[in-house]
Amino acid sequence: MDHTVNLQKQPFTNPLHAIVLAFPVALYPSAWLADIAYYNTAVIQWTNFASWLIAGADLFAGILLLFAVLGLFFGHARHARGRGLLYLIVVAVMFATGVVNAFHHARDGWHSVGMTGLVLSAACTVLALIAAVIAYGSIKHREERP
Amino acid sequence: MNKIFLLALPLAMTVGGCGSSSDPSLDQTGANPDLPGQNDALLPAMEIPTPVGWNGELPTVPDGFTITPIAENLKIPRQLLILPNGDILVAEGSGGKAPKVRPKDVIAGWIKGQGKSPVEGGDRLTLLRDTDGDGQTDLQTTFAEGLDAPYGLEFVDGSIFVANQGNLVRFEYTDGMIQASGPPIEVTKLPAVINHHWTKAMTASSNGSKLYVGIGSNSNVGERGMDVEEDRAVIWEIDPETGASRIFASGLRNPTALAINPWTDALWTVVNERDELGPQLVPDYMTSVKEGAFYGWPYSYYGQHVDPRIQPQRPDLVQKAIRPDYALGSHVAALGLSFATSGGLGGRFTEGAFVGQHGSWNRKDPSGYRVVFVPFKNGRPSGKPIDVATGFLKDGYARGRPVGVAYDRERRALFIADDVSNTVWRIDPTVTTEPQATEPIRRSNSD
Repeated sequence: MDHTVNLQKQPFTNPLHAIVLAFPVALYPSAWLADIAYYNTAVIQWTNFASWLIAGADLFAGILLLFAVLGLFFGHARHARGRGLLYLIVVAVMFATGVVNAFHHARDGWHSVGMTGLVLSAACTVLALIAAVIAYGSIKHREERP
Repeated sequence: MNKIFLLALPLAMTVGGCGSSSDPSLDQTGANPDLPGQNDALLPAMEIPTPVGWNGELPTVPDGFTITPIAENLKIPRQLLILPNGDILVAEGSGGKAPKVRPKDVIAGWIKGQGKSPVEGGDRLTLLRDTDGDGQTDLQTTFAEGLDAPYGLEFVDGSIFVANQGNLVRFEYTDGMIQASGPPIEVTKLPAVINHHWTKAMTASSNGSKLYVGIGSNSNVGERGMDVEEDRAVIWEIDPETGASRIFASGLRNPTALAINPWTDALWTVVNERDELGPQLVPDYMTSVKEGAFYGWPYSYYGQHVDPRIQPQRPDLVQKAIRPDYALGSHVAALGLSFATSGGLGGRFTEGAFVGQHGSWNRKDPSGYRVVFVPFKNGRPSGKPIDVATGFLKDGYARGRPVGVAYDRERRALFIADDVSNTVWRIDPTVTTEPQATEPIRRSNSD
């Protein structure tokens, strides 16, 4: 070999970013489970739980959106612009869906969940997991040396 | 492409969800109100006029009537009681300690609070006395204090009954008293858990042997669970001697004022109906209360119109639900009811019911914020509501909000409690004699 190809593994997120991302990853699926429980039992406390879980997830999803935007310009992710952009889109859609879901859950009684609520919570869950897969996977940063 | 669509979809839903407006062609007063389809918007309309006070101006009354403030600087006046000697008692206070169980409760509670007076509720009864009969208050004094959000008031044979938000109490009363002779005696506890709707309206049967107390629901439409709706959305009949109580009628979401119909001796009430089904659902109503009857809440409204927000549904109860007698309009928030007999205020206000309407929050085009008169004939409503006092809303600001109304037969005057400007208003007819051959005003064609 006349030159060295060094594949360096670097994290996509910084630790603070990773912690913020952990909240939607944990809370949206929890809300979805609470919605499923309400849908099956009509016990009102499940939709109350879901409302708070979604509110908490939305708060952190909003902060996460900021990280996703900044990530395009700072940190390791700037070396992986395509992935950074995909991540930003996923987080943005997750946040927007989460906000709509929060309003949906603010309806009273049975209308707070229903099939729409289940679908919205499921969508948030899937988007949070996709965001996590993108973010927690490492970047293979090809460093070429002469 | 797909992703952009996904991004735009929730935003479109958000914008689309809050754009429901009223249809002015719907007639929502009287025996057969038009009921539009349900519209449980994603963002419920919230229009809370900011309180500003009157700054020396007065509510608008029809020609031939005058309105004057007879008590100011009160602490959230709600309901009024005219005592046998003409003194007026004012119940002042603010109740409700409902815990906030959802993020929505925190946000909506804060927004609704913007429409209220910042004054802290007095938890007291104020006595107003007009010594010389000139219509002005000569003595304004505290009759009793240390109460717990007093609302319903009634006088029966030497006793003043006060419905606090948590119990019914009694004061001994002899004519001319200006202060209670001691602490009140508890007649019975009243349902007080959560107290989402805390007001305990009250009236007595015409012979004074029974008291009726309105107990509002603990939610809009059962969203705190039906466990907490035990003994809620009902009217209790109470024996004033023993305190024994029973449910007289049920399914009445929030019966905020009770009165006995003077022609039939039947119990009547005004009820605030449910929110968040659209700007024109569900009309608040006034109705005679039939013993043992079920009026729908939370399962249905106006008879068999099912509310899908409550699960499990109860078709058996929906089938039993009876229609109220008379719609007052959607979200008007009727809080006062007083019947006028023996000539009333004269003119168009001789026989019927005065209704105080606190005003809406759940529609973009505000409704209520006025006192109306519903004419009666043979003990039944016989026409459309007529404005008695308006101007509570001006340029989008709330100068006042009417609550309790009390018609005084002896003085031919109507009293109105206003809990935003903390005032009691008095309306009198200006002309007491028949106007002599007044030239009819010729209206131009453009009218």
